[in-house]
This record gives sequence, structure tokens and C-alpha cells, in this order.
Amino acid sequence: MNMQRETLILGIETSCDETSAAVVRGGTELLSNVISSQMDVHRKFGGVVPEVASRRHVERITIIVQKALEEAGVGRNELDAVAVTQGPGLVGALLIGVSAAKALAFSLGKPLVPVHHIAGHIYANHLIKPLSFPLVALVVSGGHTELIYMKGHNQFERLGKTRDDAAGEAFDKVARLMKLPYPGGPQIDRLALEGKPSYPLPRAWLESDSLDFSFSGLKSAVLNLVHNANQRKEEIHYADLAASFQDAVLDVLVEKAMLAVKKTGVNQLLLAGGVSANSGLRVRLSKRCKEEKIDLRIPPLELCTDNAAMIAAAGTYQFLDGHYADLTLNADANLPLIG
Amino acid sequence: MKLLAMDTSTLVMGVAVFDLETKRVLGEVITNLHNNHSVRLMPTIEQLLTELDLSLDDLHALAVTSGPGSYTGIRIGVTTAKTMAWARELPLYSESSLTVLAMNGIRFDGLVVPLFDARRRRVYSGVFAAKDGEMTEVLPQQVVPVESWLEQIKALEKPVLFLGDDVERFRQTIEEYLGERASFGIGPENLPRPSHLAWAAYQKWSNHEPPEHADFAPNYLQLTEAEANWLKKHGKEEGENG
Ligand SMILES: Nc1ncnc2c1ncn2[C@@H]1O[C@H](COP(=O)(O)OP(=O)(O)OP(=O)(O)O)[C@@H](O)[C@H]1O
Ligand SMILES: [Mg+2]
Repeated sequence: MNMQRETLILGIETSCDETSAAVVRGGTELLSNVISSQMDVHRKFGGVVPEVASRRHVERITIIVQKALEEAGVGRNELDAVAVTQGPGLVGALLIGVSAAKALAFSLGKPLVPVHHIAGHIYANHLIKPLSFPLVALVVSGGHTELIYMKGHNQFERLGKTRDDAAGEAFDKVARLMKLPYPGGPQIDRLALEGKPSYPLPRAWLESDSLDFSFSGLKSAVLNLVHNANQRKEEIHYADLAASFQDAVLDVLVEKAMLAVKKTGVNQLLLAGGVSANSGLRVRLSKRCKEEKIDLRIPPLELCTDNAAMIAAAGTYQFLDGHYADLTLNADANLPLIG
Repeated sequence: MKLLAMDTSTLVMGVAVFDLETKRVLGEVITNLHNNHSVRLMPTIEQLLTELDLSLDDLHALAVTSGPGSYTGIRIGVTTAKTMAWARELPLYSESSLTVLAMNGIRFDGLVVPLFDARRRRVYSGVFAAKDGEMTEVLPQQVVPVESWLEQIKALEKPVLFLGDDVERFRQTIEEYLGERASFGIGPENLPRPSHLAWAAYQKWSNHEPPEHADFAPNYLQLTEAEANWLKKHGKEEGENG
């Protein structure tokens, strides 16, 4: 226990378009979380361009690591370990973080701790208030939509996942269809606040009792709706369309999350990943969890999107369990959370 | 006082240790494999240091190739080297991977042309000549269509030594343009040597040249495709408007 209080972990995250480094003490205390976003760089391309992202990462990585230690007031030799996102993500981008972490671990003579990006998103909540097990996590991001059951630290069991698009991906694709700038999720969120869910759109419940998701049908329905309206030269009310689309996504996310909680009998529901920034999702989950007396944890906005503090937090428990990697560690674009 | 040099810019992965006081190469590892540099670089460094019975404390400087070559490969080397430099508080020196390859022709009387395939009939290349024990640029390093490159080289009217494993792919074209004037490196001369990188870095170190900073980035010699396309489109629109 005492050891856990003292543990100082440097986290590094470069899986997509954020170069980030952070120092976390005792698994819960955020000492620094430096994030260099490339959003502006990629906006003109309408999405993340992997080669452009990798080039930016390599330029920034050392400065960001340096800043993270400076802001934390921690000397590099005081660190207990270096934790890094091994995957999933863009392989070229991941490689920058992995190469830096390996060089750092070797240079400082510290353990190297590989972390799964989604474990990181889940542990973002741990930085606000310690997780209490057992729990269910609803992970909704650009690449993932999953329900995860956790009995304890580092124990991940998958209850369900998307069979096609991730929720964030659906947000981004629909936003593009509506000619909204990248990234689309926040744009739809904002627009939906001004509209009414008046367009009828499908909800994919799949088999009764299923905790899996599917969003590609919904995306196609929006595509058809826009296409037909264009052909008939009818005007589309974009705010209403955004509200309708968001409503369809949230209905499924909220109901399946509640079903997972009921099925497992846990008292805590965690929200994790970039889409947990969605204001509608926050409001609706809060309401439902209050009704059902479930302890809902939602990370603050700055911890919802990719950041290294969440990697350091998750890495702390990998470190305490002795899950180290050797210097042959490689990035894995498709790393599974559950082996 | 040792210098550690690493090169992962191409298929060739090289690691060398150089003694800054005796000016001797203490050890060198080269592989020429289509195999993941990310997996093998750190263990190779660790193993070479162990075999030389050196610890990290014995290192006084680092060197890395800054490209051109494989984008991913270059980044692995640059990220590893500059992270080590920061962590160990060591000066980092960089050298072009083409210059390092050109150093294999340092005794050649004429022009030395190292090249790497840049696809679509283009090459990363430069024209060098040895001068006072150093390779100096006669034509600047660039990514260039192979035919127009050979045209430029032909105009220099000198014997030319071509270096690099990729040369073989263009051998016929080279001979068409340069005939007797062209000569070709043999197997061992076609691999960039990390000890040459170390030597180049040693010279910078002994001349008190400023080392690289933490924001040091590779020199890819060309924009990403996305950026190039964007500029093309953007430029066109501007042209239309003006
Ligand atoms: N307010 C919002 N409403 C809906 N979606 C949002 C909102 N804010 C962000 N998103 C979405 O979250 C996603 C980005 O989240 P995140 O950065 O966690 O994903 P990622 O890192 O790309 O994917 P992954 O974490 O699965 O590898 C994008 O799809 C974005 O549109
Ligand atoms: Mg993410």
C-alpha cells in the first residue's frame, strides 16, 4: 500500500494525433499532463493523416516528455517506470512513443510498462476518484465501442463490442456527410442542442439481451435520408438531423450500458473514451444512473480525449503487477485488450 | 569517452561505438534485413555495449542519421537517439544517411553518388566528391526522377561511383546515360556504415559544432503526399483566382 502511494510513473501516449506525456503518483495523483494536439494540423485534410501525425510526433516527443517532468517537479531518476501506449492506434504514431519509452527506460535503467490504450481511457476516471470494483465501463471513442467488466485492477472482461463502426467513427462520418468540419463529434453535439429529434432513424438493438453494438445501419440511414432529400430538392434541417442521429446513438449506448450493469450486478458504471465528452450522453446517463442508484463516473473533458496521464494511471497497476516489457517491445496497431 | 552511433534510415540497421580519444572504432553491428528496426535497435545497442564491456556512463556523445530513407525507419532512429541524448544529457550529432553512404567512396577519384530508391522512378540522391578527407556536396541532396538526375550527372563529365543496394535497379539506365564513366560499388561498399556516421559525428564534436536540440526532426527531403496534394490544390485555386 505504502509503495503504491509513492509510485511515480511517467506515461507516454502517441497513438493518434496527440503527443502527450504525464507523471502520475500513486496511480491516482496527476502531477502533470502535457498534451500537444495536432488538431489544427489535420483539420485542413478533413481527418488525421498518419504520415503527417508521425512527423509531428517525432518533432515534439522529447520536448513534451521534458515538460511533463518539469511541470511535475520530478527528476527523471526519481521515476519508478516508464509506461507507454503499445496499441491500438496508428502504427507509425505509436512507434514514436514506443521508441521514446524504450530509449528512456534503457537510459534510466527503469522498467518499461506497455499499456493498452483503452485500459488508459478507463483509468482516466481513476485520476479523479479511485475505481471501486467490480464495475462496468462503457468505452466509447473514435475506434472503440465496448462494454468492459472489471473485477479488479488489470482484469478486463469484455461484455460486448461494436460489430462494425465505433460510436465516435459514426459521429465523424455523419458529420462529414453534413459537411461539418473535423472532428465531427463535438460539432454534432453542439448542433444537436439546437435541434429536435424529429427525423425517424433506426436503433440497432441486435438480439434481445445482446450487449454488442452496431452503428453502420444508422450511418446508412442518415446517408439515404440526405441523399433522398437532395434528390427531391427538399431542405434538410441540420440541427434536427444532428439531434435525431445523436438520439439514436445515445438510446442504444445508454440502454445497453444499463443492461450490462443489471446483468453483472455491479454498482459502478464508468464512462470512458473521446465520445464521453458528448453532453447529451453525460446528461442521459447521469439521469438513468441516478434513477437506478448506480454510481456513475464520467471523466472531466480534458481527460476524455487521448492523454498520457490515463496511460500512466493504468500503467501504475501494470507496474505493480510486474507486467514489464523488454527492449524488443513493438507497437501493435491492433493490440487486443483481452488476450 | 565513447560515441554511440545509430542508423535505421534504410533496410540497413547499423550501430557503432567509437572512441573519441583514440579515434578508433571499437565495435560495429550491421544488418541488411527487411526486419523491424523498432524491435531490434535497442537490444542491439544494449548487446554491443555489453560486449564492449561499456556502460551508459562511458558514453559522451551520440550520433544518428537524419534521413533520407524509410520514413518510419528514420523516425525510430531519431526518436531513440534524441530521447537517449536527453535522458543521459549527451550531445547528439546528426548526419545525412546519403552522406554516410557516400563516405564508402572516400578514396574514389571522381564523383560519388549514393542513392536510395524513392519509388515511381525517383531516387533520394546527392553528388559528392572527397575533399580533405571529407565528402562534400557537388549537387545537393534531393528526391529526383532518375533520368533527369542522370542527365545532370552526365553534364559534370567525370567518372562516377554509384553506391547503395538500390543502384542495381537502375543499373541499365545508368549505363545508358554514362557508359564507361559509371562504376558500381561492390556488396560491402553498398551498405552505409555506422562507423562512418560515428566518424562524421566525431569531426563535428571535435570542431565544437553545436549539437542537435530536443526538437530535432528528420530531413525526409520531401513533403508528405497529403501535404503535397493539398499544396497543389491550394496553389491551383490561388492561380485561378489571381
Ligand atoms: N462531444 C462529442 N460528442 C460526440 N463525439 C465526440 C465528442 N467529442 C469527441 N468526440 C469523438 O470522440 C472521438 C475521439 O475520441 P478519442 O480521441 O478517444 O478516440 P481515438 O483516440 O481516435 O480512438 P481510440 O481511443 O478508440 O483509439 C472522435 O470520434 C470524436 O468525434
Ligand atoms: Mg483514444
